[in-house]
Amino acid sequence: MSNNYDVIVIGGGSIGVPTALFLTLEGQKVLVVESSSSVGQGQNKAALGGIRATHSDPAKILICQESLRIFSEWEQTHGQNIGWKKGGYCFPAYRTHEENILKSLLPIQKSFGLNIDWLDADGIREVVPGIQHEGLIGGTFSPDDGQASPLLAIDAMFRVSRERGCIYRFRERVVELLIEGNRVKGIRTEKDTYYTPVVVNAAGASAKGMGKLAGLDIPVTPDSHEAGISAPIEQFLGPLVVDLRPGPERKTSNFYFVQNNKGAVIFCYTPSKPFLGTNREPTSEFLPIVARRMVNLLPRLKNMLIRRVWRGLYPMTPDGLPICDCVHEIEGLYLAVGMCGQGFMIGPGIGRNMMNLILYGAPVMEQKIFDTLSFYRDFYGSKKEALK
Amino acid sequence: MGRIEKHPILSIPKRQDISFTFNSKKLTAKEEEVISSALFAHGINVFGHHPLDGSPQGLYCANGQCAHCMVVADGLPVKACMTVVSPGMTVQSLKGNPKMPQEDTVPKMVNVRTVKTPCLVIGGGPAGLSAAIELAKFGVRGILVDDKHTLGGKLTLQTHNFFGSRGDCYAGTRGIDIAHLLEEELKEYGGGLVDVWLNSSAVGVFCDGKVGIVKQGNHVLVKPDILLVATGAREKMLAFPGCDLPGVYGAGAFQTLVNRDLVHPTERLFICGGGNVGLISGYHALQAGIDVVGLVEALPECGGYKVHLDKLQRLGVPVYTSYTVCCVEGKDCVEKVVICGVDERFRRIPSTEKIFQVDTLLIAVGLSPVNEIYIKAKEYGMKVFAAGDAEEIAEASAAMFNGRIRGRKIVRETGKPCFIPEKWNEIAAVLQSKPGKEIEKSPHTLPGKVYPLIRCIQEIPCDPCTKVCPGNAIKVKEGTLTGQPSFEGDVCLGCAQCVLVCPGLAIVLVDERYDTEHKRALLTLPVELDNDNIGSCEEVTTVGPWGQGIGTGRVIGVRSAASQDRRRLILLDVPFEDRGHVAGIKLREATEGTRGSVPSAEEDVIICRCERVTKREIVQLIRCGYRDMNQIKAALRTGMGACGGKTCTELILGLFREEGVDLKDVILPVHRLPETEVPLGVFAGVKKGM
Repeated sequence: MSNNYDVIVIGGGSIGVPTALFLTLEGQKVLVVESSSSVGQGQNKAALGGIRATHSDPAKILICQESLRIFSEWEQTHGQNIGWKKGGYCFPAYRTHEENILKSLLPIQKSFGLNIDWLDADGIREVVPGIQHEGLIGGTFSPDDGQASPLLAIDAMFRVSRERGCIYRFRERVVELLIEGNRVKGIRTEKDTYYTPVVVNAAGASAKGMGKLAGLDIPVTPDSHEAGISAPIEQFLGPLVVDLRPGPERKTSNFYFVQNNKGAVIFCYTPSKPFLGTNREPTSEFLPIVARRMVNLLPRLKNMLIRRVWRGLYPMTPDGLPICDCVHEIEGLYLAVGMCGQGFMIGPGIGRNMMNLILYGAPVMEQKIFDTLSFYRDFYGSKKEALK
Repeated sequence: MGRIEKHPILSIPKRQDISFTFNSKKLTAKEEEVISSALFAHGINVFGHHPLDGSPQGLYCANGQCAHCMVVADGLPVKACMTVVSPGMTVQSLKGNPKMPQEDTVPKMVNVRTVKTPCLVIGGGPAGLSAAIELAKFGVRGILVDDKHTLGGKLTLQTHNFFGSRGDCYAGTRGIDIAHLLEEELKEYGGGLVDVWLNSSAVGVFCDGKVGIVKQGNHVLVKPDILLVATGAREKMLAFPGCDLPGVYGAGAFQTLVNRDLVHPTERLFICGGGNVGLISGYHALQAGIDVVGLVEALPECGGYKVHLDKLQRLGVPVYTSYTVCCVEGKDCVEKVVICGVDERFRRIPSTEKIFQVDTLLIAVGLSPVNEIYIKAKEYGMKVFAAGDAEEIAEASAAMFNGRIRGRKIVRETGKPCFIPEKWNEIAAVLQSKPGKEIEKSPHTLPGKVYPLIRCIQEIPCDPCTKVCPGNAIKVKEGTLTGQPSFEGDVCLGCAQCVLVCPGLAIVLVDERYDTEHKRALLTLPVELDNDNIGSCEEVTTVGPWGQGIGTGRVIGVRSAASQDRRRLILLDVPFEDRGHVAGIKLREATEGTRGSVPSAEEDVIICRCERVTKREIVQLIRCGYRDMNQIKAALRTGMGACGGKTCTELILGLFREEGVDLKDVILPVHRLPETEVPLGVFAGVKKGM
């Protein structure tokens, strides 16, 4: 088989696979190179599976609207069940601080046509049965958001792309980016050399290292978050619930959980002091802290059985926004990195936009908004996203 | 079905009746009894139906490791095998996924406590208990945790006399009694030094070096300087049509039901696997009055000790070698088992099928170490040791010895001087050895006198007979433990001590003085079954060492005394010419299987029981090129259920092998905590009972 491709995607994860899929669907000959043994073995499988368009950043709103379309229509289009559940997102507020933040975001969210509203305490208790009512002010609820299984979704995208001719090479680490003049020529892995005019860096937590091969300093630094899942229980909870309050234990800045379409409750918290680095082993701190927070918010969860815990990486950028761009210095090199822990929900939307950018010179979404994700933006100047 | 009312070895304690309901039916349990055993006692072996496909579910591991026996007790999902019945408890079958009770007030919660200790021993079985004794002997403090309510681990399920060396690991003593002896020994040395936490299961080791323990329903973190993992083994499983039906389970589950909980889980049992575990389980079944219809072994010979095999065959259990289980059939639980012959490459031979009506199939096809905590702790750079089956699968006698060595190594590791005799390592290796070759030699007899006939022709580590002979006339080859014992004296006192102690029940005393005319001889045979009628039935059929018919004899008496440790001696009058051939008496008739063919539904075999994934689905992915078991897991959910892949991982590896995939190319699934499911409230610090 010839080693020439139209596009080579580095990374077979949340971003690489949908990007490769959409390129393949456009008739491109695509190669995905992945250092682990199969797709989604990096951070994809660590994701909770929540998918919302109700962000505060316009670019993320547009990208996730695209993602939501793709996820929600997937089974109809491709016949594969990816665990889609349209349950919405709910951000309950117990303090005016959170109430103010949430309410302040509604205008911009609504301006993009997002279905999100402020509900009073009773409204929230209706969408989150059993939620602690003492001190509950109200909260936002966005019924059109949802969730899917990251495991099933990436396997489905992998299968469709492969059926359409996309080639995957697993257990191959990229060791060199072949550049001639200022043009991409291909890549060399530990095993082979592949030629292409277009390389997409979708290497997730390893994005920075891949950037170095091209002499680029990509500001992506991983930190880690722990998560867990329960045994399935009877469906009772529609939305993914985010409690924005910092925890009284001073270890968590917020936490969230969701009941997936199998009935299992998946949960996670944001550590108030980030765990920097790439350690993915569970700590003894996580379960006691997250369990206490969950039982405080939704006491009836105390009886569900905890099945498994894990820890995944958030490839963070300094301003909390992804980097989606073509590299000016090297023609044919594209970046789709720094998803800041939201790669799964952003993935299909990014994939579509990157495909369009590569093949037709412009993203699907409005160029001006897409440009806010530029590699050349001021990462330290603009303010951070409010709902991270 | 029902409860065991009498048992030749186990005493039946008087326990209070407790009433509870199952699916609104009023039933009685015994105090301290777990739900699953109480249900079995009432003949209920289907506990509910799987939420995913409605397939019948019952008891499988009986060890809290899977979720097949999940029921709803007083509104909460619990494992029936680990949950004690409480008075008035309402137990219901699971219908769909469990509903969470609407308890919406925030309970009182306490912070998780971290306990520091010089040494944490996980597992109070033969290895862990032996190690803890050594720690205590040398003054090392520690904590010993076990998830059961008593110490002893699987020792508490073993009614038979142990093999091994009498001096080093209680050979000739019954497992159940060894458990007590070890416990006493620990108390003697360990008072105040080794803390014993019962009903405490280890949920896993974390990367910060702490071990999560759920101690009697409360979460505690233990930070040990040294960790010893003595978590034993789990049983391997086979995949065949019907393998997931209630009534198919392992030896551990069987022995738990019968020997710990004293219930009759079956009327008619079939056994798959001719290793020691399968053979011993068969013997345990017979002791409990259960009909053992047959045993299959895929190899041309059983891998267990020959004396165990002989014992079973003498009791009329047909053993089919080069046979395997094709399938199990039944609507909601096992109704029949179909076996068939296999060739040397384990391929089925057509038209060799035999069908047996049974209600239970016991699978005893090998063990795998439960070593996940050990591997992780090592990865995290902790000082960690493994002992017993968690280190290497072997007999319990080896586990005890090996535990002692590990215990002393830990003592040394703490900086205390401690001597480990060099010969211990040799003994450990001998105890771990597989049975050796068989050598038949003509026995030494004393014409006209009394003498023992020792039918122990295989090299196994065992020496009790050599130690009890008052005339010191039974010898093994100098300095070995595995040599064959032989009677070498000129005089035998006829005390029958060897007959009473031999764990294999392989010694018969022949008395040629009985009839000076040499028309009859008197044999003294050991028996451990609860056949009250043996004494009264004068005329009996005699059998040879492996159950073959010899002739007839007359029981002239049965000797039983407290000093005989629950083993009775039958005094049997046989024709003089039979004296060298008779090894037992026929106590039961064997069942013949019927011929018949089997519908093949190979493809629909369930591989992952928790998530109900079939062989067909997995093979399809393997043929699509999937080599990473994590990817198969992602696509099909194999190993994502309650047990975390404890059963299916090995079976999937088997499918890769069947498909001709080099296992070097296969990536194993990532192991994740916790080792068993634990309610969220426990981690939150909700105090038990609040």
